[in-house]
Amino acid sequence: MRLIKTMAAGALALGLATAAQAQDPYKVGFIYVGPIGDLGWSYQHDLGRQAVQEHFGDAVETSYVESVPEGADAERVITQMARSGVDMIFTTSFGYMDATINVAEEFPNVRFEHATGYRVADNVSTYSARFYEGRHVIGLIAGRMTETNTVGYIASFPIPEVIRGINAAYLAAKSVNPEVEFKVVWVFTWFDPGKEAEAANALIDQGADVIMQHTDSPAAMTIAEERGVMAFGQASNMANFGPTAQLTSIMDDWDPYYIARVQAGIDGSWVSTETWDGIGPGMVAFAPFNESLPAEVVAEAEAARDAIAAGTMHPFTGPINRQDGSPWLAAGEVADDGTLATMDFYVEGVTGDIPQ
Amino acid sequence: MDFSSIDPISLIVSLMIAATPILLAGLGELVVEKSGVLNLGVEGMMIIGAIAGFAMAVETENPYLGMLAAMGAGAVLALLFGILTQFLLSNQVATGLALTLFGLGLAALLGHSYTGIKPPSVDKLNISFLTDIPVLGRILFNHDAVVYFSIFMVFVLWWFLNRSRAGLVLRAVGESHDAAHSLGYNVLLIRMLAIMFGGAMAGLGGAYFSLIRVPQWTEGMTAGAGWIALALVVFSSWKPGRLLIGAYLFGGISVLEINLQIVGVGISPAYLKMTPYLVTIIVLVIMSSDRRRASLNAPASLGRSFHASH
Amino acid sequence: MIRLERRKAPSIQMLWLTPILAVLLTMFFGGILFALLGKDPVAAIHMIFIEPFTDSYSQRQLMIKGGPLILIAVGLSLGFKAGVWNIGAEGQFIMGAIGGGAVGLALYGTPGIWVLPLMATAGALSGFAWAMIPAFLRVKFNANEILVSLMLVYVAENFLRAMVTGVLKNPDGRGFPESRSLADYASAEMPMLIKSAGLNVGGLVALGAVVAAYALLARHRLGYQIKLTGQAPRAARFSGVNPGFIVAAALGISGALAGVAGLFELVGPAGKLTTNFPLGYGFTAIIVAFLGRLHPVGILLAGILMAATYVGGETVQFQLQVPAAAIRVFQGMLLFFLLAVDVLVAYRIVRKKEAK
Repeated sequence: MRLIKTMAAGALALGLATAAQAQDPYKVGFIYVGPIGDLGWSYQHDLGRQAVQEHFGDAVETSYVESVPEGADAERVITQMARSGVDMIFTTSFGYMDATINVAEEFPNVRFEHATGYRVADNVSTYSARFYEGRHVIGLIAGRMTETNTVGYIASFPIPEVIRGINAAYLAAKSVNPEVEFKVVWVFTWFDPGKEAEAANALIDQGADVIMQHTDSPAAMTIAEERGVMAFGQASNMANFGPTAQLTSIMDDWDPYYIARVQAGIDGSWVSTETWDGIGPGMVAFAPFNESLPAEVVAEAEAARDAIAAGTMHPFTGPINRQDGSPWLAAGEVADDGTLATMDFYVEGVTGDIPQ
Repeated sequence: MDFSSIDPISLIVSLMIAATPILLAGLGELVVEKSGVLNLGVEGMMIIGAIAGFAMAVETENPYLGMLAAMGAGAVLALLFGILTQFLLSNQVATGLALTLFGLGLAALLGHSYTGIKPPSVDKLNISFLTDIPVLGRILFNHDAVVYFSIFMVFVLWWFLNRSRAGLVLRAVGESHDAAHSLGYNVLLIRMLAIMFGGAMAGLGGAYFSLIRVPQWTEGMTAGAGWIALALVVFSSWKPGRLLIGAYLFGGISVLEINLQIVGVGISPAYLKMTPYLVTIIVLVIMSSDRRRASLNAPASLGRSFHASH
Repeated sequence: MIRLERRKAPSIQMLWLTPILAVLLTMFFGGILFALLGKDPVAAIHMIFIEPFTDSYSQRQLMIKGGPLILIAVGLSLGFKAGVWNIGAEGQFIMGAIGGGAVGLALYGTPGIWVLPLMATAGALSGFAWAMIPAFLRVKFNANEILVSLMLVYVAENFLRAMVTGVLKNPDGRGFPESRSLADYASAEMPMLIKSAGLNVGGLVALGAVVAAYALLARHRLGYQIKLTGQAPRAARFSGVNPGFIVAAALGISGALAGVAGLFELVGPAGKLTTNFPLGYGFTAIIVAFLGRLHPVGILLAGILMAATYVGGETVQFQLQVPAAAIRVFQGMLLFFLLAVDVLVAYRIVRKKEAK
């Protein structure tokens, strides 16, 4: 109830939004694309919100709106949040990009943090995690553990982030297992347990004994557990749904970044930045490795993880060719962020086409 | 393109699972329409069944109690439809649509606190020597109870509609409610019972999604299955046996579509995903265009309100 | 014993009273719903039904949100009056946006006052064509238009996906599945006519449609034929009305209007084609049509009311942390109550003594 009264007070004092920062708690809002109960993407962002609330205590007041559809409705919700006096807003999905920029124009005193986007402004920062680093590590494990040499990949949308993930996982798997093959299903959704389960079943029917996903729900993990195959969780630890199935999970850890940004906002030192952090700064983490994994596989994965974190190893190191055979990276050459950010091609060896 | 990686037996097993919810909902709606009522609210009843079943299963840790709850919830929602259309004489199309919208919203609301929870699992029948029979073993003997129930109901309803007295009365009401009324049959009661049966079946179909097929709860998880079930009733010419074939056909196409995507057929996944719906339209057209056959089976009073005036 | 007795003539009082009664019942039971959710019922109802009319930002949103609903609903109502059930307006909406949007993207950058009208025409034609499919199949093959038009919604959704990942994808968009932003193309932008009322060109066309439909039904022969077909189909056939033509006209008009609405939504609030473009307006418009009693002026009022529930619903979601779904329950309830009290128009409640 206190939150509502404070929000109402903020709405009335619309014109004095900037002055509110001095004495009143710093207000931070979060917009989620899915339900916080998805136990995946939005759930992890909400953990970040909770970390902020815990870290700053009474000095901040956090709020959130979940399941906001990308598009015109998002703009309205973000606007309402800004109007009610919130000082910093985290918009946690790519599809909120234009809405965030538009609202940021109307509210120059509010700070915006947009996840996985590429448009910035004076009061808009972007941030994303180098998930592909995590994909490299699980790719190694998948390559070692698969017995049918078939890895099933549930992909959401044909965007650079997803394609990067497929490529990184494939390259790593192939480096330890030259026979491995990846089968990809495009479900065109971030969160739809029904479709994800369907895709998992179809992949397993076609021989996959390791499942990877770039979607948000634990449905595929549940199916993997049911059918006795292996799988990797996505965004959060899904061991609850797959105690025997889950080998490990790539986890998004937004806590450090969120706390740092809110601190900057409170201090007044906040400027617009574009952040792309990986395992090193702690944005990408892993769930505990399944006990059934052989010790040498775990050791190899941990070594790779540590090397990436230290910067001594890059998942995209040449020689690598594109799918059509044309050269991309020469021996020893490392991919630059620009190419990675706009990646729209498979690497050599990945079968199938990216939906066009 | 390696078609050999598609295992036909796995395909058939998968399609039976995919078809079961729409078969259940379709059978229910078939009975409803045979009694002369058009209930477009199947999607709403299915999703309510999905959440009710899920919630009950999680709370009691018994999936079968969940299924019973799902049937009950579907029937209650259908009761609402029945009261509005049979007693308050509201427009059946509009009321059915309202039911769908209301059901979807209510289910999402109720299910809010159940997102991300794992339900108690449902066992599959697994008599080892039967399941090991090549080809037929997995197809016939390795399913969960609901799949068998749905096939059982096809036979039950066939017998009911074609061989039983009660079924005859139901059909009479559907053909001419005025004539049935003057013969002394309680048209309203019969229709209400049919409507509630339809709700119960749809509810069970919905619960199949949340308890077995996925299994998890998500908002809107039935994803249009209720509408497919309605289409199935039409192109089954209101015959349970044909409904079974139609449901399996649709399930088969949906499952095949994903498998083709994996094999790498080269058609964009978006176009592949259209196929089940396009095929539904085509079969619908074929079944409807045979006017003689279609009109012989469509209940003559379908969609018309009954008001006894005496 | 309470019975329903048919009135000699429909009660005009009840015709006007019942929608108000329905709204009041919804407010009451909706309030109970919120109380059960543990939220303040009075505050919630106030936010949904009152605030959208009193708060200046929300007021502007009413016509922006209501315009497409009214436009589509007017078209649908003509069909419903004739017993032609176009349930697939959502699909026609999508196709209109794709068709009109494609024209705009093809002309991208070319200035001219004729650009937007051309796009709108293309949108109308696309929606019209999409609606002609169920019309043709019904006239020629007796296929139920409810089911055909509905199946086509799913086809349209997938077609949209195919377009934004392929042909219409933004070449400068870093591979993300969306079209170029039409918001950046000045000639394609939807001009806002009266900012304080949120009246843009789309809203103006919606109002125009209301007037046109009124005139059609009141004065024009087609309008008469539509009404006659709905009320007395056999009499209509005897008097020379071609039922096939009525079906085609009804579906065609509603398809065209839905298509235009789609295009306006694209150049207005949405700005670009994405996979998230469909917002369910095609289905909500059905409720609006019934709430407005299939009468153009009624639809105008019902559209604004429905827009209020959307806008208010978003406020409630944010301020009271109520899930988005609660609003759909509301909208369903509104329709339910209207359908329930509708009986009072044609029938009266009497008490009869049962003879023993």
